[in-house]
Amino acid sequence: MSDPKAKVVILGAGHAGGSMAAFLRQFGHEGPIVLIGDEPIPPYQRPPLSKAWLKGEADAASLALKDRAWYADNGCDLRLGVTATAVNRGDRTVTLSTGETLSYDILVFATGARARKLPVPGADLNGVLELRTAADAEQLKAALGPDRRLAIVGGGYVGLEAAASARALGAHAMVLERESRILARVACPQLSDFFTAYHQARGVRFELGVEIAGFEGEDGQVRRVRLADGRAVDCDAVLVGIGAIPNDDLARASGLECVNGIVVDLDARTADPAVFSIGDVTHRPLPLYDRMVRLESVPNALEQAKVAAGVIAGRPPLTPEVPWFWSDQFDLKLQIAGMPFDADAILVRGDPATAKFAIFHLKGDQIQAVEAVNSPPEFMMGKQLIGNRKPVSRERLADTTVSMKEVAA
Amino acid sequence: MAKITYIEHSGAEHTVDVKTGLSVMEGAIKNNVPGIDADCGGACACATCHVYVDAAFEGKTGEKSAMEESMLDFAENVEPNSRLSCQIKVTDELDGLIVRLPESQH
Ligand SMILES: Cc1cc2nc3c(=O)[nH]c(=O)nc-3n(C[C@H](O)[C@H](O)[C@H](O)COP(=O)(O)OP(=O)(O)OC[C@H]3O[C@@H](n4cnc5c(N)ncnc54)[C@H](O)[C@@H]3O)c2cc1C
Ligand code: FES
Repeated sequence: MSDPKAKVVILGAGHAGGSMAAFLRQFGHEGPIVLIGDEPIPPYQRPPLSKAWLKGEADAASLALKDRAWYADNGCDLRLGVTATAVNRGDRTVTLSTGETLSYDILVFATGARARKLPVPGADLNGVLELRTAADAEQLKAALGPDRRLAIVGGGYVGLEAAASARALGAHAMVLERESRILARVACPQLSDFFTAYHQARGVRFELGVEIAGFEGEDGQVRRVRLADGRAVDCDAVLVGIGAIPNDDLARASGLECVNGIVVDLDARTADPAVFSIGDVTHRPLPLYDRMVRLESVPNALEQAKVAAGVIAGRPPLTPEVPWFWSDQFDLKLQIAGMPFDADAILVRGDPATAKFAIFHLKGDQIQAVEAVNSPPEFMMGKQLIGNRKPVSRERLADTTVSMKEVAA
Repeated sequence: MAKITYIEHSGAEHTVDVKTGLSVMEGAIKNNVPGIDADCGGACACATCHVYVDAAFEGKTGEKSAMEESMLDFAENVEPNSRLSCQIKVTDELDGLIVRLPESQH
């Protein structure tokens, strides 16, 4: 039921939306493409905002997915600084903040996620920042420099990457985390311990198990974080990195099913055959684990963009990918493949003291997930083994004298 | 600026001008050359920017880091002239560079 002339309207000009426009053209779609984005710049990559870009090792131009000219040259009507305000699925139209109404044959929600706010007194002071967009990142960068003090609320990946980048710029970094360990929602305790120690050895300080009472300032500028136990942490800026919330409000209002994100099937399609959704905003099936999940990662955004574009262009279906993610902190490269669902054992291969090791999550003799630090073979081979469900021997996996290729043989 | 020719597995050739300082991967992505996926955007984390460097340029593309070497080792159809194109910085010396692309990056 693909229609090469269909008019595709994509809401959200982020990593998923921008990539989908490119895949559609690459796959030969001939119909008009309209890409609506509320940010002022063409689609760009967010990962470097807390890493290479923040440290000054990558320039803004290198973040863009495509040069601006690409959109015009490829018949893609890129509408920047424009917000979609309503969707009417009955007559297949979208209302924009400009007052216009656009019709569509196929609609794609690629609205991503927004930074979760901390609802405490002082959250609106100058210097209380978040990190989701390039504009946020500009503000954070301006607040960092030698001896500036950054308080980071939330010990997730974004917070830890920002802490590492702040240290690289000579700033002080203090991570304030509500849970008893960092990365509590996304990594196993062994990995949390490793990252805590690695950061501490490089001057990052941690307060774990603390609740934030509020932010206090002078002349409208934040000066300290007040903890619920009464203590204060002096600072020049605060980064609030406590997770993201899917931008599924429009979809919900249009009557589409949302469960922590827009519910889609393996084709990235919603229950309405004319409406797709891709990227951080989706609640999607993960067949390898027989579950529905919401993922926040570039590989996920790319996979769904490619799948949806392929369906629209009438291409053969793709094999579902193993979810994966990476993070750079100091000289560490963390690569994660799979999800530790239903795992009954954790196996560490290599010695964390050498900063080169991998943690495998096993269900019986199958690998469910691998968290690899400076260990590409463990990541690459682990990812394959997760995907093809091949059983492995725990003893051989734990033995670093047996190469990963031999483990998989 | 360097002229770089990307040759797809099908034989289709794309010759584009790439600014020095960009990577060979970025040169392909910005110019919409198909066949290089670059899922991680150049972080040396995905190995989906695999290319084969033409023999005439093998000495000019710089040394592989241990990380690149290790990632490449697990890509498909690796040859001695295989590189991750996000790890090759474009210099004036690379003007005329020819890279061939594998059948698939996944
Ligand atoms: C600092 C940071 C570091 C990260 N690091 C990594 C990493 O190392 N590895 C990794 O895999 N992932 C990383 N991620 C996650 C990754 O960037 C996201 O998964 C990816 O951007 C998701 O793409 P998306 O298009 O779904 O959402 P987004 O990129 O968020 O794009 C959605 C766009 O839609 C716009 N929008 C929303 N509503 C509307 C509307 N109504 N009208 C118009 N426009 C709208 C938004 O403003 C936004 O521009 C990181 C994210 C951040 C913020
Ligand atoms: S782009 Fe991912 S390794 Fe080169």
